[in-house]
Amino acid sequence: MDQSTQPSILRERAQAEAAEAARVSIRNLDFFYGTNKALKSISLDLPDRKVTGMIGPSGCGKSTLLRVLNRMYDLYPNQYAGGEVLIDGVNILEPGTDVNALRSRVGMVFQKPTPFPMSIYENIAFGVKLHEKLPRAEMDARVEWALSRAALWGEVRDRLRSPAASLSGGQQQRLCIARTIAVRPEVILLDEPTSALDPISTLKIEELIDELKRDFTIAIVTHNMQQAARCADQVAFFYLGELIEVGPAGQIFTAPKQKKTQEYITGRFG
Amino acid sequence: MSKMSDLAQHIVRSYEQELKQLRDMLVEMGGLLEAQLATATAAVVHGDSAAATAAMEQDPAVDTLEREVEQFVIRLLALRQPLAGDLRQIVASLKIASDLERIGDYSANVAKRSIVLNQFNLSFKLSGLAHMARQVQENLKLTIDAVGDSDAEKAVQVWRADQAVDDIYTAIFRELITYMMEDARNITPCTHLLFIAKNLERIGDHTTNIAETVHYASTGEVLPEGRPKGESSAYTIIRPQEH
Repeated sequence: MDQSTQPSILRERAQAEAAEAARVSIRNLDFFYGTNKALKSISLDLPDRKVTGMIGPSGCGKSTLLRVLNRMYDLYPNQYAGGEVLIDGVNILEPGTDVNALRSRVGMVFQKPTPFPMSIYENIAFGVKLHEKLPRAEMDARVEWALSRAALWGEVRDRLRSPAASLSGGQQQRLCIARTIAVRPEVILLDEPTSALDPISTLKIEELIDELKRDFTIAIVTHNMQQAARCADQVAFFYLGELIEVGPAGQIFTAPKQKKTQEYITGRFG
Repeated sequence: MSKMSDLAQHIVRSYEQELKQLRDMLVEMGGLLEAQLATATAAVVHGDSAAATAAMEQDPAVDTLEREVEQFVIRLLALRQPLAGDLRQIVASLKIASDLERIGDYSANVAKRSIVLNQFNLSFKLSGLAHMARQVQENLKLTIDAVGDSDAEKAVQVWRADQAVDDIYTAIFRELITYMMEDARNITPCTHLLFIAKNLERIGDHTTNIAETVHYASTGEVLPEGRPKGESSAYTIIRPQEH
């Protein structure tokens, strides 16, 4: 949209958003599964303490991008990334990067809740123990803090020793979020975190995301347009491994600039 | 910026049909209003009281259509949760229906005043008013076409053309005041004629509003606030000549 024709309130908001610092800067990122190029020269900033929504049809590369941000692809053979991913100015794709430390800074939550086969308490403490040696009282405090931040403490405080599998699907997903934030990451990646949940559990997760963005930089992959519209400050649309368009959610969902974006979010292809 | 008309069809065909149905409802409403305005204009220019009554009787049909558009829009918002261009079109329809309804009210008022006007023998011709009405009708027609085709270019054409209407209105305003000063017996019919001209001018403004709405709905871009305006009757002063 031409700046001069924008209502001034939108113009000011756009300027304010542009001025915010990026916590994660992706620069000319390419990604290969063997010889298949899954990401093509992606450049995108994840602004600090904002939610970036990533949308696009299946196979467009959005989940691949999340897997690059905490170098999950390292776990698989024949997968390569080129370009740069700067977190606080440091390129995490460099060979010398401490991948374990990186994964404690960049946490990830998956589509299906993945509680460990242990108690609620142990699920939270497990990740913390990998990175920190905490006395019992401090660990208790950390578990309570993480469960509280994940809006689960009130529901589980009386049964911390119960198996995590006894929780409902929505509670299990909030447990996974609690487990992720327990190690106090900077960035949280959410890969379709509510696609297996009922609408009320979904809203609880969305409320939680809104709450968490005060402290964390968040990226969420979702197939649900309304969810991206509700949760994200900034929305990026991917198609066939390319970043087609990125902008404030208000702009992307009311007046996208690219025809492909418009067609995808209005249900004309995909 | 992609134009709505260039886009592929919706995957859900019933949604595509509903959006078309919404556009058709507006075009139907617009068609009624074009006819109503033409009838009302004939009532004034040709002193045709039967036409005046016919124009006034069209109002309820327009009101009914406006309510139907409103209901339909609320249904679409709730059930389809539209985004981007669809969202713009659906919200625009609500605004357009409201502008059209106002146009209907002004046309009815033009018709109503023509009945009073017919009771006077005018000593002057209404060619200026007829000219203005023609211009307003043309713009209305073009706007309704723009609504039907989601055509931003036509919308801009109307948006620019309204200045000519404003210019004629200012000229008529001066002319009517002059008649009133020449002969006090002209005051009653000229006052009604002033209102008629003002109503036509307001119809022009609502037509322009619709054009702006169509442009935004179609392109996502807002037309600049300072649209070409020529209406300066508010500053017009005409003094009796000293003899």
